Amino acid sequence: MRMSTDTVNKDVPPQEDPAAIADGWADAYTPEVNVYEPHRTQVPPLLPYVRELWRRREFAVEMSRMRLRSQHYGTMFGTAWLILSPLMLGVVYFVLVDIIRGGNRPAGFFTHLLGGVFAYYLFSDAVRPAARSVTGGGRLILNTAFPRALLPLSAVIVSIMRFLPTLPVYAVLHVATGRPVGIEMLWAVVVFAEIVLFAAGVSMLVAAGQVYFRDLKEFLPYLMRVWLYLSPVLWYADEVPHGYDFLLYVNPLGSMLTAWSEALNSATTPGLDWLLIGLAWAVGAFVAGGLFFVSREREFAVRL
Amino acid sequence: MSSLSASDVRPQAAPAPSAPPAAIKVQNVSITYQSALQDRQTLVGTLSRLRRRRKILREVRAVRDVSFEVPRGTVLGIIGANGAGKSTLVRAMAGILPPTSGRIEVHGRVSTLLALGVGFDRKLTGRQNVVLGGLAAGLSREQLAAKYEEIVAFAELEEFMDMPMRTYSAGMYGRLAFSVAVNMEPDILLIDEALSVGDAHFKRKSFDKMRELCESAHTIVLVSHGMNAMRQLADEVLWLHKGQIREYGPPREVIRAYKRFMRVEDDDQTAEEDV
Repeated sequence: MRMSTDTVNKDVPPQEDPAAIADGWADAYTPEVNVYEPHRTQVPPLLPYVRELWRRREFAVEMSRMRLRSQHYGTMFGTAWLILSPLMLGVVYFVLVDIIRGGNRPAGFFTHLLGGVFAYYLFSDAVRPAARSVTGGGRLILNTAFPRALLPLSAVIVSIMRFLPTLPVYAVLHVATGRPVGIEMLWAVVVFAEIVLFAAGVSMLVAAGQVYFRDLKEFLPYLMRVWLYLSPVLWYADEVPHGYDFLLYVNPLGSMLTAWSEALNSATTPGLDWLLIGLAWAVGAFVAGGLFFVSREREFAVRL
Repeated sequence: MSSLSASDVRPQAAPAPSAPPAAIKVQNVSITYQSALQDRQTLVGTLSRLRRRRKILREVRAVRDVSFEVPRGTVLGIIGANGAGKSTLVRAMAGILPPTSGRIEVHGRVSTLLALGVGFDRKLTGRQNVVLGGLAAGLSREQLAAKYEEIVAFAELEEFMDMPMRTYSAGMYGRLAFSVAVNMEPDILLIDEALSVGDAHFKRKSFDKMRELCESAHTIVLVSHGMNAMRQLADEVLWLHKGQIREYGPPREVIRAYKRFMRVEDDDQTAEEDV
């Protein structure tokens, strides 16, 4: 069975109760008419859905803030972990890869790896919590009607909030290691947008998938680790031996992280092919993940 | 009281020309959903069942061709045995569960108290949960700030609002949930099996608040097994049986028929209690 509903908010004549108008609640609580009925396609009308999503954006932002605060509340270094944790991870990976390479590292490899780790965790720190975002929101989902996509999207917002403090750290190390600086580095903003869009799509996909398959979250850490090793983070894209270069195309993060390194680490204009392939993956994942999520979200209340 | 089929009910439940307009219109609504046969559906379990060619889903026909209207300012009680479809129907009115066929029209802002819980996360404090629940319901921060003190005062949880909700007792949890639902000044309040929460003092207080809401022209849909509360609060009672309307009418008559059907004595105090 396909379950989906049209929700229509319309303006209706003003409230008659003068007392209510006097105390301001008439303005605050706009009288509304909601119509719930099945529709022909699985997907609800997207414009009203997006409008509702936007109307409740404060919920997603507030939840992200609370989650971020609760993750580091009571720890010795508090919010400093937002910088310390990815930095230590980057250093550990660098030492590991440097040992494997026998100390024979290409130019700018440290900043390439560090920037890549930060960008990769922007993606994976969104997807892993997103998988539990719907199944963990039981009471709210059973009690309140709201666009459920807010739940995985707030996991993406948390990840962005975790990512932003790493940028100054990267900037300091970039300059300190003598890497080039140029206007071309601004291309990283475009790649950042692609990664966020891709992360949002995958987050919605796994959040809905977790409702149907509760063991999905057990697979995700392994999947994420393998994905990191298959992405140009611990190695340069141009180091890929002949025969393995397809990995950069079939792995959505392959093109995005290659463009990321070219823009941020080398301060060059990324290859147009990387940008376009990355954009196609990002838009494709966002549309597919989003449509899958909204077509299924009405079932969540009976599946939790 | 009369014994009505779903299609018979609508003319009776529909308001007369002079009556207030309907706050909720339920027209030929059926709700069918698929539920997993496994308690906890997993990818491994599903693949295993598919390999053995066993069914992984069952179809539940929770509500079947139900029609009625709730005029503005009316308190509608919904009664019925466990599994009759009461909660499903109320969730559909709240926009949480979609109808499989038919149409539901809801005129006004809805507040819900359906799963005997408020907010999102027991790890978060009471204050954070009230804010998150309110924002999810579509309120602005200004609206929440205006109502926050009232919510806390009604729940009598002033000293506990900055503690994680996992430290709350079941009674405290219920009190906060009830307070949030009734203090959001909704046009329509949907309450499912959650009328009686907390200790005797709070039960009295919540009952009085319900009466106050009833008298101030709020539309209320109340699902409860507590027949006493139904008699005192409801203007009309709808008896659901296996997803269909069995009876619709004045509380005393419908409740008497229901109790006769359930083989419960009229003076049985257990059935009278609010649960």
